[in-house]
Amino acid sequence: MDQYIAWFLLLAPLAASVTILLRLYSPNGAIFASVGSASLCFLIALGIAWGGIVAPTPWMWISLPGSNESPGLEIEIGMIFDALSKGMLLIVTGVGLLVHIFSIGYMAQDPGRARFFGGLSIFMFSMTGIVVSTNLIEMFFFWEGVGLSSYLLIGFWFTKESAAAAANKAFVCNRLADFGFMIGILTYWILMGTVSVKPIDLSNSYHQNAVSLPRVVSILTPEEIAAHTGTAISVRHIGGVNLTSPLLLTIMVLGLFGGCVGKSAMFPFHVWLPDAMEGPTPVSALIHAATMVAAGVYMLCRVYPLLLLSTFGLEFIACIGCFTAIFAALIAVQQNDIKRILAYSTLSQLGYMVMAVGCGGPDAAMFHLTTHAFFKALLFLAAGSVIHALHEEQDIWKMGGLDKKIPLTYWTFLLGMLALIGCPPFSGFFSKDYILADAHAFHPAFYWVGVATAFLTAFYMTRLVVVAFLGSARSKAAEHPHESPLVMTIPLIILAVLSVGSGLWGFWSSDSGMKNFYHNWAINLFSDTDPIPNNGHFITVPEINTGIELGIPFAAVFFGALLSYYLYLDRTTDPLHIRLLARKFYVDELYQRRLVRGQQLLAGLLNWIDAWILDGLILRGGAYISVGFGEVFRLFQTGSLQTYAFIFTLGGVLLIYFTLFAH
Amino acid sequence: MNSFSPLIALLLIPLGAILFIIAKAPARMTALVASGLNLAISLLLLLDYPAAQGSYAWEMNFPWVNLQGLPPIRLHFGVDGISLPLVFLTAIVTAAAIAISPGNIRRSSEYYCYLLLMSLGAMGAFISLDIFFFYIFHEFALIPTFLLIGIWGAQNRQFASFQVTIYLMAGSLILLAGLVALIMTLPPEARTFDMIALQSYLNDHPIAVATQNLIFPLLLVGFGILVGLFPFHSWAPPGYASAPPAAAMLHAGILKKFAIYGMIRIAIPMVHDGFEAWLPVLLALLVGNFLYAGLITLAQKELPTMIGFSSIMHMGYLFLGVACWNTIGVSGAVVLMVAHGLSAALLFGLSGEITQRAGENRFAEMGGLAERAPTLAVLFSFASMAAMGVPGLANFAGEVMVFFGSYAAILPVLGPGYAIIAIYGTVLTAIFQLRAIKSIFYGLMPARYEPRAAVAATAGSEGTPAAPGMTDTSALAEHAPYVLLILASLVIGFMPFLLLHIVEPSVSLLPHLK
Repeated sequence: MDQYIAWFLLLAPLAASVTILLRLYSPNGAIFASVGSASLCFLIALGIAWGGIVAPTPWMWISLPGSNESPGLEIEIGMIFDALSKGMLLIVTGVGLLVHIFSIGYMAQDPGRARFFGGLSIFMFSMTGIVVSTNLIEMFFFWEGVGLSSYLLIGFWFTKESAAAAANKAFVCNRLADFGFMIGILTYWILMGTVSVKPIDLSNSYHQNAVSLPRVVSILTPEEIAAHTGTAISVRHIGGVNLTSPLLLTIMVLGLFGGCVGKSAMFPFHVWLPDAMEGPTPVSALIHAATMVAAGVYMLCRVYPLLLLSTFGLEFIACIGCFTAIFAALIAVQQNDIKRILAYSTLSQLGYMVMAVGCGGPDAAMFHLTTHAFFKALLFLAAGSVIHALHEEQDIWKMGGLDKKIPLTYWTFLLGMLALIGCPPFSGFFSKDYILADAHAFHPAFYWVGVATAFLTAFYMTRLVVVAFLGSARSKAAEHPHESPLVMTIPLIILAVLSVGSGLWGFWSSDSGMKNFYHNWAINLFSDTDPIPNNGHFITVPEINTGIELGIPFAAVFFGALLSYYLYLDRTTDPLHIRLLARKFYVDELYQRRLVRGQQLLAGLLNWIDAWILDGLILRGGAYISVGFGEVFRLFQTGSLQTYAFIFTLGGVLLIYFTLFAH
Repeated sequence: MNSFSPLIALLLIPLGAILFIIAKAPARMTALVASGLNLAISLLLLLDYPAAQGSYAWEMNFPWVNLQGLPPIRLHFGVDGISLPLVFLTAIVTAAAIAISPGNIRRSSEYYCYLLLMSLGAMGAFISLDIFFFYIFHEFALIPTFLLIGIWGAQNRQFASFQVTIYLMAGSLILLAGLVALIMTLPPEARTFDMIALQSYLNDHPIAVATQNLIFPLLLVGFGILVGLFPFHSWAPPGYASAPPAAAMLHAGILKKFAIYGMIRIAIPMVHDGFEAWLPVLLALLVGNFLYAGLITLAQKELPTMIGFSSIMHMGYLFLGVACWNTIGVSGAVVLMVAHGLSAALLFGLSGEITQRAGENRFAEMGGLAERAPTLAVLFSFASMAAMGVPGLANFAGEVMVFFGSYAAILPVLGPGYAIIAIYGTVLTAIFQLRAIKSIFYGLMPARYEPRAAVAATAGSEGTPAAPGMTDTSALAEHAPYVLLILASLVIGFMPFLLLHIVEPSVSLLPHLK
């Protein structure tokens, strides 16, 4: 029985979503089913983490034999429970459950709430699927599933033209990036002979295929590895393609990263995430801040040892992450919509995580992913509580003076904000500084950009709090807000506790957590004959340097917050006017003008060619000339289509007969 | 072997139904019962097929006619893991196409007879193991197609019907020339219409490469025209746009698969050297399907033509899977044939439903219909998701296999290139399908669909009462056919191994697999 329990992790939300979308329940019944399934998922996740629930027997989804030219295709639907997935599962189901509960209050008045909870359940199904996936195709299956639920929930208020457009944009952006992801998966399969990402399978295929050996980040050169191993490396060839070619390895790494670029909204695919704020706020909290957008980072951490196969790929990942971090933080400085500020902040924080992976610190990335999930979910839900209290007002310049009127929302928001900007001893402080230390060990340039981003983060978050909550009310709605009901505030309080405490907890337990996981993996990969590089770590282990870890970042945060506080306190309009930032560096306009219109223009041109040249001139023209226009016209004008068709068939039969007979 | 097989029932039941209808039995009811029976039989066959060997089952082989100078023509039927899924596809799409047809259509007994004839022809082609019948059954299915378009079609039906007739007949004749050439190049004593005998003879005595290089293009162009291979596709979009939905479902869903099936069964294994020589051309053409047809689909401003072009574009996946000619790719193509048959049938059927209910098929003129027709919106979204290859629906499973097959196999360097173009096709599909959903169902409704005066009480629940101007599919009977197709797609999408364990052993038996 034990081995079946884990399946309910997927089955419960699936069953809930299917029954809700079939309209088997009243709206309240739908809420019960959805929240019930989320609770069950959380319980199972607890059981997996500490209760000894084991992975079920996998289910062979596709199994096709290979040939001497290509590996076979074995795709299973299974589950993997290791340190990485257990932790992620707790975050996804835990935050998921809290957001479900919050939504009961938030969506209480919406006539379409059953559909909303159905969408949330599809999301829970797909997201837990991503986390427990044992192979890349299984992951891709659920990967598209979260994309679908995101699409449905962004477009939840479907009569709004902007919501529909945002939903389409999100799906298409993700599709475009998944195009790269699929290429990455295919290359991975050719190189490794498997699509599995289980550490044990990976280790095996590493050894069987001897895809040279991974060069550990700035530790060993290929020559050094060859010298260490001393054994001849057997190189697999497929149709003359050298499988250890650096080009293929780079394609693989960049392709896999492509998936991350879409889901985690890295530059230049970041454009969909701010628009996704068109969806209901709980959706923004759960899907577009805490969990789904972090799936890209999770995926990178899952295949981390493979990323080491391409130095260029890894450096590229670090650069994109780093650029996104500061790029989005700059834009956030000049936004006025409370949800959009938080969305750009999410982009920026995701940039941090991706940069951490690229700098050789997947453990740091997962740490920050965890703390970020808590404090960003908190910030969004608290923002939702504000929006709820102000009757759908989202412009921070129309708020003000809320600290006294909705104190619980204010204080929880403040705690989340302090965690986000990395104020000690809140959670963001530990995780962000861990990343910065890794970045410093990788290359100081990344460190300094990270510090600049921390400064900007403190600046725009302080601006948000000061403008939205302090001062005096600047609109009718802001004068008489009402604190949200308990069902909404209790999740806020729980998340606030987690935002405050998770950093310290992670800091104390870090030696037994992710670091060990990657350490053991490294030992596995380099077992037997190979020496274990870097003293058993193939992740960056920064040297302790309190100045770099604590001093400089803290100063940046402190001055950023201080500057912003004095700049924005008691203002009624924004004293800064930076058009370039307010217009988000004109990226959307650029895409619309160049890419979308370009493609549409090409499509129109081809359509014209098809209709007039290919079909019109060549085919119909040719037909008219050869058959004779008048003859043909006469034939169908007399309505003798049946005769016509019949004669043709008869002709065919006669032709076959005479051709054969005459011989 | 010389006994009657249950396969013959698949042909006799629609034939009997046609006779009944001619004898004034209620047309729609009779057709429904017949197609239901066929669906039940094909399901039983699917369950009962001895999958492990992958060989032909329920064979039946009778002499039919011996003409002087001709190889003997035999009634030789049988199915294996490649044709059986297509038999099932034929049965289920036929049932759905008949079920969505209106009962009060004019000249209804004729209409339902033609639908049954189309289905009968397709079914016959898929179960025939004799090339003569394989070809003739397909021809047999084309004629009612022309008539259905010409008599019950929509806008400029006569022109469309005329164009489709000329084009497809030309394709059939080229194909015929190729088939005849294939058989005539053999020494007289070896000539046979029997696919199995022909294949085993050719395995031992392949035709000279130079001759193969002449025969293969005939087969490729012949099959290519029938399936809409670029640049022989331009008959399809206007043809499908003006065809009655049921005819488009049957042709795009089933009959087009005849050509891909022919590629798998005849063109590639029997003329394999020719295939190898012409592979670069085939690959270049299927890129045309992906990029050229894909981009043109983006430019369409009307729902039916958009779906027509998209069905052309998706043929690229099938050709790519077949062109890999390895177990993964060809198995993927077979699964995808079924998947595409289901999704194309859904899209054409629903497109007709929407056009008829909204009285409009231009995207610019529609909008916000989800409010008035939520069930239709859900059904159409499902169909679009299937076409887009969203996991959980059958197309995804097939497409993934085709990607893997093509990535591994075709040409050492270019192989990945074609896979990459094919995957880009999924991006294009997402763009135009989502745009269609958005412009039909999202946003605000144009005023003419607003409920008139009294019916305005819409607050409260999501399912607003139907109003004049636009109605939802309400009764179960109205959306049951679509639900049936979606269910089939979901089952294959979630559990492709159910189909694969039938398909894969037969595919592995194909000769010359890479």
